[in-house]
Parts: sequence; C-alpha cells; structure tokens
Amino acid sequence: MKHRFGRWFPPLLAAVGAIFMIAGIYRGEMAVVLRKAINICLECIGIG
Amino acid sequence: MISAGRERLRLWVQIVFTAATNGYWKGFAEGRIYTGPSKSLCLPGLNCYSCPGALGSCPIGSLQAVLASRNFSFSFYLTGFFLLVGSLMGRIVCGWLCPFGLTQDLLHRFPFVKKIKKVPGDKALRFLKYGILLIFVILLPMFVVDIVGQGEPWFCKWICPSGTLMAGWPLVFRNDGIRQAAGLLFLWKNGILLLLILLSIMIYRPFCKYICPLGAIYGLFNKVSFYRLRIDRSRCVHCHACTRSCKMNVNVEANPDSTECIRCGSCVSACGPKALSICPNLQNSQISK
Repeated sequence: MKHRFGRWFPPLLAAVGAIFMIAGIYRGEMAVVLRKAINICLECIGIG
Repeated sequence: MISAGRERLRLWVQIVFTAATNGYWKGFAEGRIYTGPSKSLCLPGLNCYSCPGALGSCPIGSLQAVLASRNFSFSFYLTGFFLLVGSLMGRIVCGWLCPFGLTQDLLHRFPFVKKIKKVPGDKALRFLKYGILLIFVILLPMFVVDIVGQGEPWFCKWICPSGTLMAGWPLVFRNDGIRQAAGLLFLWKNGILLLLILLSIMIYRPFCKYICPLGAIYGLFNKVSFYRLRIDRSRCVHCHACTRSCKMNVNVEANPDSTECIRCGSCVSACGPKALSICPNLQNSQISK
C-alpha cells in the first residue's frame, strides 16, 4: 500500500516551518518569547 | 515481550535530554530562573520556562505568550517551530524527549493493585486535548484581554501540571517571596498535579493521552513526519503482539501512523518476525509484496 504523502513532503513542511520561524523572528515574536521566559511566570507556577 | 534494551535506551535518552535542557543547577539552589539568550529558543517538549534549571522555553507557553500579546494575533515563530519539529519527528518528542513524559513513565513503574489498560470512554476522552489546545491555548489567550489588550496564558495558569512540578514546587520551596504569595490558585494547580500523579501510577501517560495540547499538535504530524513506523507486510503474521504491547492503546497494524503513537518502540521490540521498524521516510511506510 503506497502512502499518501511522498518522501518530499516532510522536508517541504520543515522548510516552510523554517521560513515561518524566520518571519516570526523578523516580526519580533522571539523577543516576546524571551521577555516572557526570563521573568518568572506567575501563572505557570500557580501564583497569579 | 518488550525489549528491555530499547526501554532502557529510551529512559536514558529521556533523562539525559531533560538534564541537559534543564542544566542551570544554580537556579535550583538559589530559587531563581535562568535569564540567558537561549530562553528565546523553544525546547521540543513540555518544559516550563520558569523551571529554575530551564535553558530554553516551553513551546506551549511561548505560543500563549505571543497570542496573548496585543501586537500579534498569529504566531509565525511558533507555527514554524511546530511545522519544523513536527515534520521531522512527530510524536517521537513525546516518547523520547519530553520531561513530563519522563515523569509519567517513571510514575507508571510504581506498583499498583490493578493497572488500568483502557479507561471507560477512552476514545472520546482522546479528543479532549484538541479542545484544550483550541480553547485554553489559542482562543482564551487571544480574546480574553485586559484594557490594554493583553491576554493571559490560560493553559499554564489553570491546567499545566508540568509548570507546577518543574517550576512551582522548586520555586515555592526555595524562594521566600513566592512562597508567601502562594494561594488558592497554587492549591488548585497542586490538586491537578497530585491527581495526575495518582492517575499516572494507574494509567499509562494519562496527561499525554487526554490533556496535552503539545501532543495534540505533534500527533497531527505522525502521518507525514520524516521518522515513521514502517510495517513490512510481507513479514507480518497478524499475531497482534504489536497492538497488545502498545501502552498508548494504538492498533499498530491497522494504523501505524496514529496520532496517539508516541514512537516509544515497544511494538517494534514486541514484533517477533521483525516486520516493524521506526525509520526515516525514505521508503513507503507500509510495504507489501
């Protein structure tokens, strides 16, 4: 039984993912993540 | 019979990866978190960024942080991350790299009067994690906002037991200020964590099966990921040893790329005729002759 998705599909998705990540970094999303991650997340630990 | 060698290897990979990605030991000793630049990168598993040892970020926490931000209504960074990691590994992350998966695996080793293989309503409960992903991770952080347009990480705040275990417990234990601030929400989150600890002893990975939004995302990639379960149909003798060995209750022979498969490899070890393998997607995942 042949699989629906060819062997080219995972690398294609990975490439799209990498492009999206670069676009996200360019838009400043990485800075939002860093800002959240270097401060203690009170919601995560169950304080506020 | 499940190969002890493969299980041991998986356990060691889980331990080494968790230790390496949570290697800021000073944080545990001093009750504070790492603040270096590597925190802008996400780790593949459910790894709270407020864990004192964490060197990277939790992808689910990060997704909520971006969506809750007033500047963004879509996250290219996190969508790209899920596409990249999902297309390469699928739920291998759950089986081999997730710290909370490791925690549940270890808990399930504790003896219990009767281990529950399949809970009543299992099939319907599997959909719960998609609802949690949609409502608590995406919609509520995006649309329930304060007067300046800032939302909250609803999943982290009200559900995530990994945050309570990896961040809440060590920080409350070591940090006086945080300990004094702990109130009803901390009690609620501890209730969820303690319930999951108890359930994990009785049921294999209840959080991964029914609740985890990260597993829900990676599971969608199981059918297309680079690493897949391959069945050599010419070798399969239909003994169903693979399905019987699966602790995630996947019908391996019928659906080797199930969204529930965490690629732990127990089916591969259980297969007498060696018809199963987890390998790169260089050939068709199901081979028949």
